[in-house]
Amino acid sequence: MARQDALYILTANDLLEGDVVFWSGAGWARDHRAAQIARNADETTALDAIGAAEKAARRIIDPYRVEVTLGADGTPVPVRFRERLRTLGPTVRLDLGKQAALRANSLL
Amino acid sequence: MYRYDEFDHQFVQDRVSQFRTQVERHLGGQLTEEEFRPLRLMNGLYLQLHAYMLRVAIPYGTLSARQMRTLADIAETYDRGYGHFTTRQNIQYNWLRLRDVPDILQELADVEMHAIQTSGNCIRNITADPFSGVAADEVEDPRPTAELLRQWSSLHPEFSFLPRKFKIAVTGCRDDRAAIAVHDIGIRVVRNEAGEIGYEVWVGGGQGRTPMIAKKIRAFLPKKALLAYLEAMMRVYNLYGRRDNKYKARIKILVHEVGIEEYARRVEEEFAALDASAIAADAEEIVRIEAYFEPPAYDRLPARAAALENAKKNDPAFANWVSINVGAHKAPGYAIATVSLKPIGGVPGDATTDQMRLLADIAERFSLDELRVTIEQNIVLPQVRQDDLYAVWKLLAAVDLATANAGLITDIISCPGLDYCSLATARSIPVAQAISRRFADAERQRLIGPLAIKISGCINACGHHHVGHIGILGLEKGGEESYQITLGGDPTENAAIGERLGPGLTADQTVDTIERLVAVYLAKRKPGETFVAAYRRLGHDHFKEALNAAA
Amino acid sequence: MPLLDRTGAITDPWVRLDETAPLAARQVIVPLTRLEPDGAAVLTSGAKLGVAVGGDTGFELLRPWLDRLSLIAINFPSFTDGRGFSLARQLRVRGFKGELRAHGYLIADQLGFALATGFDTVEIDDSLAARQPVAEWLAAAKTISLSYQRDYAGPCNILEARRAARAQQNTRVAQTEPAK
Repeated sequence: MARQDALYILTANDLLEGDVVFWSGAGWARDHRAAQIARNADETTALDAIGAAEKAARRIIDPYRVEVTLGADGTPVPVRFRERLRTLGPTVRLDLGKQAALRANSLL
Repeated sequence: MYRYDEFDHQFVQDRVSQFRTQVERHLGGQLTEEEFRPLRLMNGLYLQLHAYMLRVAIPYGTLSARQMRTLADIAETYDRGYGHFTTRQNIQYNWLRLRDVPDILQELADVEMHAIQTSGNCIRNITADPFSGVAADEVEDPRPTAELLRQWSSLHPEFSFLPRKFKIAVTGCRDDRAAIAVHDIGIRVVRNEAGEIGYEVWVGGGQGRTPMIAKKIRAFLPKKALLAYLEAMMRVYNLYGRRDNKYKARIKILVHEVGIEEYARRVEEEFAALDASAIAADAEEIVRIEAYFEPPAYDRLPARAAALENAKKNDPAFANWVSINVGAHKAPGYAIATVSLKPIGGVPGDATTDQMRLLADIAERFSLDELRVTIEQNIVLPQVRQDDLYAVWKLLAAVDLATANAGLITDIISCPGLDYCSLATARSIPVAQAISRRFADAERQRLIGPLAIKISGCINACGHHHVGHIGILGLEKGGEESYQITLGGDPTENAAIGERLGPGLTADQTVDTIERLVAVYLAKRKPGETFVAAYRRLGHDHFKEALNAAA
Repeated sequence: MPLLDRTGAITDPWVRLDETAPLAARQVIVPLTRLEPDGAAVLTSGAKLGVAVGGDTGFELLRPWLDRLSLIAINFPSFTDGRGFSLARQLRVRGFKGELRAHGYLIADQLGFALATGFDTVEIDDSLAARQPVAEWLAAAKTISLSYQRDYAGPCNILEARRAARAQQNTRVAQTEPAK
């Protein structure tokens, strides 16, 4: 089987709130599992264009693409440790960041 | 300590309004993201890994109780109930919203504080010896000089768009607790043979990717020439500092590339063209600033307090804390107490809202309303009566602030690392925590003696690893965190850059290796010899066996 | 391209010449490369002479011309490149009395700094002026009403204000003290 292209999602931070956000296809989501996944070159180019346009519209800051793999449930999991941390929060304060809510709901 | 007059108040007020307007203009599209970015950085506002981070200046590390309470209030109202004290006498909040920042700046302005130039390519917060004004061995309190420089550098029209950031530190002592040798400009207050007070000026020190020890450019600069001379130094840097490569843009590279003699020649030529008296603050202004730093009216006390000696006899844990965290004060019967922000297994430099408030209360009741922040990320109570120390210690112990480890192996400097920082390549805090737990035993720490471990989570070296007796640099190698150990660094008057021990290690290997390094030291030291002294005597190679065992 | 000074938009009496344009105007700004070959001719013709330089232009190149130049235009390749501020200050410290003009890319928030370091005028390009109109530049320059640096041309100098306040206080004390 031919090697599949890398998968990407688009991330940024909310301009006013600062929160880590992910492009869902219709808007910005706080949860990376809701992120739209680019599976080929066209979709990847489209994601980049959305990032640039959303930045120019001053809704978000610092957009960039994150390489992901698919978890058992089909949701995206960032490849780089740094990006996994952005979906969770500091490893030294498990009570803070996105992981806090996940923990409270026994999802982590 | 210094108090704002009507002009200082108006200035920070203007600055708050300016930032509020800049945020609005960015949202309105008049300022693009590229234009807004340096403006927000010049007000200490970063975008970090999870959120916005605001860095607030604590000029020359001096704080009043009221100011500390405001820092606590901000942590509670706008952040997550804690703040992080840094190696450059700042405090950082990690979870802010841009929309709140103008209001936070207003709260700071109300208590004579600001975030001006805590980031950006400009002159950063002026730092100083945290023991200023109370150290027994001081030529002169460096804080009036630091305050003069704080004002002079604030929104400097010529030096706000430098090639790169610019850090200035001031000390009044031979014992250097301000790390002037690793600053862009280091200033030491000295007395010349004629008995006059002036400045020894150093330039071109720094850490980061290319660590360098500063070179002396002037052995004695008359006090009234300071501002003109700094203007000349800054101008030569601004004009000739490299702008083609961010990693070569600091003044240390300029001084290194053209040589200290050539740099000094250009500075002296520029200085000669200036009318120093037109630039200097007038004598009355200097007197005005100095008056705020007059020593307080100390009680007349015996040199040693009987109450302290009794308490030490009856409470060994307290006696241990006194022997490690309490230093000599210039006034009889007083002491300088270091409050460690390094509880065993804790996050170095973090303080909760409750801890900050308690420190404010203690400062008010027991330390003449004064607190200091150190470059080791600790807090100092600089004006404590010896007979109050026991009461202070008990209050501190109630909120986990009485760890007896100042200067010991668990008093670790650590940058926020990849847990918070968008530039980091590896985590720092978990490594600090693991080392701290490994060496938790108080008796063992005391036996090892002074040993400074400093950890940075990337090559920018915010955790000062280059000048750690043991330095640790976190990198990313093949997608994994990897740590490099350096030995023999020193930020003091004996400044040295640490030497690399060997290839990268995992976090676990790093902790094991440090334990073996300590074992080598303990086995080979002479009586009373510190780790860094033994390292200098024995040489680097003697410690390599500790690494080999890890492989 | 709009030109402004500390009072607002002004008309530009100067003609900017490129490398080859003929020297036919009353007030001409020549590129630095034309200063040596053409500067004297401009002055002989009775016209006023200006020169356009970069922030990286060494002051020494301009020194021989200082009292013959009526204008020096300093280019800012980017608003984050502050060399032009230092060159301007250097020229003022060395006694240049003519017009200092900033051009290239500065933003409204830097007008105060430009004026303080010795600039008289700022030329902004049309696309930036569309985003940051002249009124915004003037407003931005007024946000900070005080400055700490003596010997710069910034707004109300705090050290001088303190000195004045002290002098006034001393006068009051002297007046209220009974004559001896």
